[in-house]
Amino acid sequence: MSAKEKTMLIRTLLYIILTVLAVAFLSPVFIVFLNSFKGKLFISESPFSLPDKDTFAGLENYFSGLEKTGFFSAFGWSVFITVFSVIAIVLFTSMTAWYIVRVKNRFTKALYYIFVFSMIVPFQMVMFTMTKTAGELGLDTPWGIVVIYLGFGAGLAVFMFCGFLKSVPLEIEEAAMIDGCNPVQTFFMVVFPVLKPTAITVAILNAMWIWNDYLLPYLLIGSEYKTIPVAVQYLRGGYGSVDMGALMAMLVLSVIPIIVFYLFCQKYIIKGIVAGAVKG
Amino acid sequence: MALKKYFPVFVLPTLAAFTIAFAVPFILGLFLSFTEFTTVIDAQWVGIANYIRALSNDDFINALWFTVRFTVVSVVTVNVIAFALATLLTKGLKGTNIFRTAFFMPNLIGGIVLGYIWQLIINGVLRFFDVTITYDPKYGFWGLVILMNWQLIGYMMIIYIAGLQNIPTDLQDASKVDGASRLQTLRNVTIPLVMPSITICLFLTITNSFKLFDQNLALTAGAPSKQTAMLALDIYNTFYGRIGWEGVGQAKAVIFFAIVAVISFIQLALTRRREVEQ
Repeated sequence: MSAKEKTMLIRTLLYIILTVLAVAFLSPVFIVFLNSFKGKLFISESPFSLPDKDTFAGLENYFSGLEKTGFFSAFGWSVFITVFSVIAIVLFTSMTAWYIVRVKNRFTKALYYIFVFSMIVPFQMVMFTMTKTAGELGLDTPWGIVVIYLGFGAGLAVFMFCGFLKSVPLEIEEAAMIDGCNPVQTFFMVVFPVLKPTAITVAILNAMWIWNDYLLPYLLIGSEYKTIPVAVQYLRGGYGSVDMGALMAMLVLSVIPIIVFYLFCQKYIIKGIVAGAVKG
Repeated sequence: MALKKYFPVFVLPTLAAFTIAFAVPFILGLFLSFTEFTTVIDAQWVGIANYIRALSNDDFINALWFTVRFTVVSVVTVNVIAFALATLLTKGLKGTNIFRTAFFMPNLIGGIVLGYIWQLIINGVLRFFDVTITYDPKYGFWGLVILMNWQLIGYMMIIYIAGLQNIPTDLQDASKVDGASRLQTLRNVTIPLVMPSITICLFLTITNSFKLFDQNLALTAGAPSKQTAMLALDIYNTFYGRIGWEGVGQAKAVIFFAIVAVISFIQLALTRRREVEQ
């Protein structure tokens, strides 16, 4: 076998391995998709068979799932909470980070380390006391949870913005100040545009976290306002029998917005993760 | 500088939210772990009694070992597979973007949804043996490992790909010219140069595995009889499942936090030392 044939063979083998793996990676979602069209009693019985004329149930599962979970309202609350929390985090923490980096004193230094420290604290440590505190302050509403997400997201976001700001030269900012801009104008007209790449990274990392977060919205607002993960878990309920049909349909509906978002923003997501990892 | 006076504009909103969501609950949590309480205001100082009850609680010890075993297995499998995939995808093949897209996709799906997706698949397979995932804690354990791999491999792969692409190819070529075998090149050239990526991936997989909650809740909810409950789920159950155990729950949470903090510091210190300056 010639060297050329050998590389061809290796390439073909690589493609086969990668294709098999990619199919394996995508098949769980596909299997759930197929099962969402089967009658609910047939799903657990034979999850790997295609729907046939006995088991096919059309969109029945989707209708019963939508009714049982209030999926559209859950989708709305998920969008509301994710969008406003991400805006609040990007806006307020970038301002804070700029202040910390430019006003160098013992206080801002301590503040920086406290923010960084909060990143390693697991949620369970503050789960109970945070829920109580937020409840006392009347923050157990969709707007209130935005404040809580700002507080929880602050650690990573401040850390990332500070890391980037340290490498931004002072000159332009000083020029803006000399031209008569006050710090607020300077920040929004000169500094924030420079921060855009980091802002996108922060926005994507936080959006992924908040959109999928279950425990915090469940504990804080779960009885009145359900987000998508809370609605899906609600379907499961206690340990009783589960409507597998409705569950499959809701899983499909939960995954669709994520796939759409991913296909549109793939470039930014991948970049965001790499940037987040380098600084994280 | 004029900026200093603008503290209320620039820092106060973040600091206020941070205080409410994190700082006060954190300090209050530390305090409450030494008390007995049901509603916070009725807290009675009990010293380290909660810690003793937590550490002599079989569920907690079981959850701790389950979590440790799970973390070790997941960290090894996720990182080895992710690194291997990253190597395959940086060989200059055409169309690697499609594969990258496919491998990364599961990462964006949330833990609760992932848990139910895999519950269907795993129960479907176990059906051939006439059992379900809650039949034996072993099934729950390996189910969680598979799920974790499925979720995290893509993410770590992305970081490894970025790390591998940063290596100047002449270094690998040079080691080939010098007669190094593939394995030697991997061990002595590639791995030291991607050490920063390895550091961050280890850190992310360890903390993510150790703190796992949603996936655990959805896949097995701890069944059979709490044997597959990990630390986070056990703490949750102690708080919200048993009246009069709130103090113990908080003590467990403090222990949990201490373990996560220690692991994070050791891990970062160890791998930072091995990084190579380029």
